Amino acid sequence: MKADSDGVLTGAHYLDGDKACAEGALAAGCRFFAGYPITPSTEIAERVAERFPYINQGFFIQMEDELASITAVLGAAWAGKKAMTVTSGPGFSLMMENIGLGVMLETPCVVVDVQRGGPSTGLPTLPGQADIMQARWGSHGDYEIIAVCPNSPQECFDLTITAFNLSEKYRVPVMVMMDECVGHMTEKVVIPEAEAIEIYPRRYTSKNPDQYLPYVYGEDLIPDMVKAGDGYAFHVTGLTHDERGYPVMDWKTQEICVRRLVEKIKNNAHNIIMLEERNLEKAEIVVVSYGITSRVALKGIQIAEKRGVKNIGQLRLLTIWPFCEEKIRRLAPKIKAFVVPEMNYGQLVYEVERCAAGSCNTILVPHGGGTVHDPKTIADAIEEAFQ
Amino acid sequence: MSSEVIQKPKRLRKKTKPQNDFIEHPLEKWLRMDRIPHIWCSTCGIGTAVTCFIEAIKKTTFNREDICVVSGIGCSGRIAGYIKMDSFHTTHGRAVPFAVGLKLANPKLKVVVFSGDGDLSSIGGNHLIHTARRNIDITVLCVNNFIYAMTGGQVAPTTPPTAVSTTTPYGNYEHPFNLPALVASCGAVYVARWTALHVRRLTNSIAEALQKKGFSFVEIICPCTTLYARKNKLGSGLDLMKFYHDHSIIANGSDPRDADIAFQSDIKVGKFLDIEKTEYLDNYNSYMKSVLGDQFKAYGVSDESK
Amino acid sequence: MKYWRTPLDVDRVKIPLGEVHILKERCKGCGFCVEYCPKKILELAPEFNSKGYHPPIVTDGSKCVHCQLCEMLCPEFAIFCVLKEEKSHHES
Repeated sequence: MKADSDGVLTGAHYLDGDKACAEGALAAGCRFFAGYPITPSTEIAERVAERFPYINQGFFIQMEDELASITAVLGAAWAGKKAMTVTSGPGFSLMMENIGLGVMLETPCVVVDVQRGGPSTGLPTLPGQADIMQARWGSHGDYEIIAVCPNSPQECFDLTITAFNLSEKYRVPVMVMMDECVGHMTEKVVIPEAEAIEIYPRRYTSKNPDQYLPYVYGEDLIPDMVKAGDGYAFHVTGLTHDERGYPVMDWKTQEICVRRLVEKIKNNAHNIIMLEERNLEKAEIVVVSYGITSRVALKGIQIAEKRGVKNIGQLRLLTIWPFCEEKIRRLAPKIKAFVVPEMNYGQLVYEVERCAAGSCNTILVPHGGGTVHDPKTIADAIEEAFQ
Repeated sequence: MSSEVIQKPKRLRKKTKPQNDFIEHPLEKWLRMDRIPHIWCSTCGIGTAVTCFIEAIKKTTFNREDICVVSGIGCSGRIAGYIKMDSFHTTHGRAVPFAVGLKLANPKLKVVVFSGDGDLSSIGGNHLIHTARRNIDITVLCVNNFIYAMTGGQVAPTTPPTAVSTTTPYGNYEHPFNLPALVASCGAVYVARWTALHVRRLTNSIAEALQKKGFSFVEIICPCTTLYARKNKLGSGLDLMKFYHDHSIIANGSDPRDADIAFQSDIKVGKFLDIEKTEYLDNYNSYMKSVLGDQFKAYGVSDESK
Repeated sequence: MKYWRTPLDVDRVKIPLGEVHILKERCKGCGFCVEYCPKKILELAPEFNSKGYHPPIVTDGSKCVHCQLCEMLCPEFAIFCVLKEEKSHHES
């Protein structure tokens, strides 16, 4: 399905990551936005607020807090719209309970987290990458979500569209994990024609109301969706439920209901994961990075190569969750070490270490955030990895 | 009256089929009969509130397909699960923003929030006041039993002073909310309070609230036998209904600020407020049109919501 | 019904007669209907249903005026009233 040209600002633009993300959402067909201002994500909300009155049936509302924002997004999704909210660390924490509701109800929606220094109020105007684990584990209970991570304004545009497509396909909230640096850097963003943008449509049921059950699924483990107002008189609940959507609170239903929420992502991980690889065939050291740090890591690799280190590969994660376990497991026996620069004191490195399972070293290059890494520290770590 | 064979009580895992299953209650097509009997206690007033709600809908001309019921968490939060319309059982306190999302995404829907006093005014308080401020066209039916019943009887923002609850075992010392006053001061256009005993007036009030454009709020005072009545030694729900009978004062049009409820005091009921004010989306459309001119595409006016 | 004089609208106003139906198994014996029937024709049965509650029984069906208060007050959807006919005052 092609994009609705109403929201596509075709052309070459000079935009910052936040604005590019907003344009990506509009191009993807987002027609409902509920948000709360929080630096550094506010510009996304502002851009959407400016653009929606000119876009067919787009509605922007600034809600009273982040909890209301994410809940209104869920409500709008159930009324048939593509909906999105944006926030940063503190707001992300507030949204967690209802992200869990989105997962349990299997609601397609997009949550953008423009990460900043944390914890708590932290560094509102400076970058961080310390919400990575929170995106995966932030809400209580067992569940899986999808998280993508752009490293440039162009990618903010592209990956936001991807996020909407993934959320529709897998009926799950998808996080776009930007950071303040990518959000506030201005670069060339090329927005193609609407016909060139591929949109994954929401899969509505073709059954009659008397035959339809909200959580009956096929091989792909994803039920067909329905929206309010179509006469299906469906019921959905955040309680553990059966295929009718009714709460049934026993361990058997938990096994059926919750295991499927986990497996529908896990089983399809190979279709979801997006990676960018550089020089991995001959690599002895692989630098695993994401977001803005991946651009600094590239510089770090160049410095190390100038110092004489050879065979350095780079693995950039465009999809952080589900994590590229298979890739790491296959690489680990062939290489000396993974070098993981992150703008935090160690989050994704634990996933890398877990999947490497001791076949090679895993070296963390931490940075508390507030600014990007000094590329020399990454180069030093790469050199050290060779010893 | 012929004597009937007394059946041995069946194990309660399986729902017992009604003996007279050829008789159908007139409201059955509005209910999810595969889940009846419901979980509410004997002499609980929530069932009565649901009956009045459905009777009220029958008095209006809304299409059943367009009506959505959103509940939060609690005994009253279970209401969504029994009504046969598009219904949503959301998280604690977030029924109102969920309803706002539904309504703003598809303005043709008639969205009703049917939840409890703790869910709406405690954890959901912020959402209640802002949605009332914005005058978004939803109807909030607040079942007020003065306590957090589902979780075992904790104090609620509406619990009257000196009432006993599990978290105020020596009696409540906090000032409670006066919900009609709260909502009216925030900008609601229709505010009423009735008890579960005032079935006909409550039904008419709900029908009016549903048909009112803007944020309408009806507080339904219901007896809670297992927690509120028991903890405060007030008898059963029937005794509470008798209390409402003797102590309700119908005061239509009176100032909602005078409608405070003290422990076992007189309860002012009635339609307190029914005013005209521009609804949120109408306001948005007319304002944007005046500022942006013809380029502005009016929202919610065309048919397409996909 | 006894009047000290015949009402002027006795030809126009008809008193309804209702028939009460009780779904015994659904009843939780709350007693709302018994308490608030204006004609006092309901009382709790000595027998109980399979859950152990005493459902109501109709003591004198001819007195029901189809006010439907029992139907509206019942929290369990266990009692309702069907209109049988409307009689003028002379007949009641």
